[in-house]
Amino acid sequence: MARHIVATTSEIPPGGNKVVDIAGRDIVVFHVNGEFFALLNRCPHEGAPLEKAACVARLTSPEPGVYERSRVGEMLRCPWHGWEFDMRNGQSWFDPNRVKIRSYPVAVERGDELQKGPYVAETFAVHVEDSYVIVEV
Amino acid sequence: MAVTRIDCDIHPAVGGTRTTLLPYLSDHWKEQVASRAIDGLDLTSYPPSMPLSGRADWRPSNGTKPGSDLAMVQKGAFEQLGASHAILNVLYGAQAVFDAYMAADFCKAINDWIAAEWLSRDPRLRASIVVPMQDPDLAIEEIERRAGDVRFVSILVLAQGETLLGRRHFWPVYRLAEKYKLPLAIHAGTQYRQAPSSAGWPSHRYEYYFVEAQAFQAQILSLIYEGVFGKFPDLKVVLMESGVSWLPAFMWRANKTWRGVRVEVPWVEREPAAIIRDNFRVTMQPFDAPADTKSVEEIIDQIGSEEMFLFASDYPHWQFDGDDPIPPNLPKSIIDKMCVDNPLETFPRLSLAN
Repeated sequence: MARHIVATTSEIPPGGNKVVDIAGRDIVVFHVNGEFFALLNRCPHEGAPLEKAACVARLTSPEPGVYERSRVGEMLRCPWHGWEFDMRNGQSWFDPNRVKIRSYPVAVERGDELQKGPYVAETFAVHVEDSYVIVEV
Repeated sequence: MAVTRIDCDIHPAVGGTRTTLLPYLSDHWKEQVASRAIDGLDLTSYPPSMPLSGRADWRPSNGTKPGSDLAMVQKGAFEQLGASHAILNVLYGAQAVFDAYMAADFCKAINDWIAAEWLSRDPRLRASIVVPMQDPDLAIEEIERRAGDVRFVSILVLAQGETLLGRRHFWPVYRLAEKYKLPLAIHAGTQYRQAPSSAGWPSHRYEYYFVEAQAFQAQILSLIYEGVFGKFPDLKVVLMESGVSWLPAFMWRANKTWRGVRVEVPWVEREPAAIIRDNFRVTMQPFDAPADTKSVEEIIDQIGSEEMFLFASDYPHWQFDGDDPIPPNLPKSIIDKMCVDNPLETFPRLSLAN
């Protein structure tokens, strides 16, 4: 596992995402509720690009007609067939143990900490005063 | 009496409203059926003279309706076809007329007639409660009226009514069904409120009979997607004369679609096929499978439950010839279960009466 600097924190707005290529892998990094999540940018169903997924609430219901929303923005709804996935761990809503998106550990670190390494930042000049999103692949 | 084979679907026939039912109607409706000459209320789905409505050897020689004579039904269902017990499902226009008050009085009369002239004359018989689903409030009254008589073991409704069965206005019916351990028996047949096919009116009888499977599918989806089984988890639904072999593809598609659109119905927390296996049952006549053992095995395997199948002859409907009502090529384990264990589990009140 190597640590890759993929973006400055200010580069991905809340509710937005950034697609990065890490060692040949298409990975999408989401920013929601103050946290960053990295997932393979490919729905396990038929390969839809998850950068285009809707970021929605986790929706449950105790009985018909009652809608309970939680963790707003932390669920992905695939743009092609509507399958839902938990951004935090990639698990599908309907079969969390068997159907999931590959997810990767993410950290946010300040430039001055990153100066110490080790990390991979092929395209980044790291500045002491900024914060960075690091994905471990 | 030893329980060796429970026939979950046989059909006694109402001879006529002005004859058979007359003693059981209220005074108002006695006068109405006489003065307005209301009589031939057979369902358009089952015209008595149509061959399917009565096998030739099960038709009374005097030309009356097949299933109208108790002695003949006893001979056919018990002696010839080998049932130890049988559930009577009356299919009659009372379930289809537009006047809900007429429907309610006719349904009450049918149930009184069944209790007095069938159930009381043969302890091997049980019956479904015929209810006026035209108005759920009146249906509830009828269910309450019968609840104390454990010889009534289920609630009978038609596959095609005014609205889909999952809709909330029917839930009080299901609350009682669950409370009194009365499964909801959905039988083929229509009130003809809309075209039998979802795309319009078929030209031929064959098309109508075939597309009834669409109605059963729509009812299954409605009951699941409206959330009936979250609300009433112990409710059992029996599909009667629905056919069986369409279930595997339907169940698979229901699961697949639910994955993508479950946000419409977040109260449905499990795959539809799992709910179908838990809450739905199906009678095994007609069993519309290819005539080879391997195909039958595959269909059973794909449905994924041995508990869903219920033995039925569909007497006097002409689904098969000869004396053996068990569909060919069924595995022995299924035959054993569908004849006794599954009916007893599905219709808990069967065990309550003598």
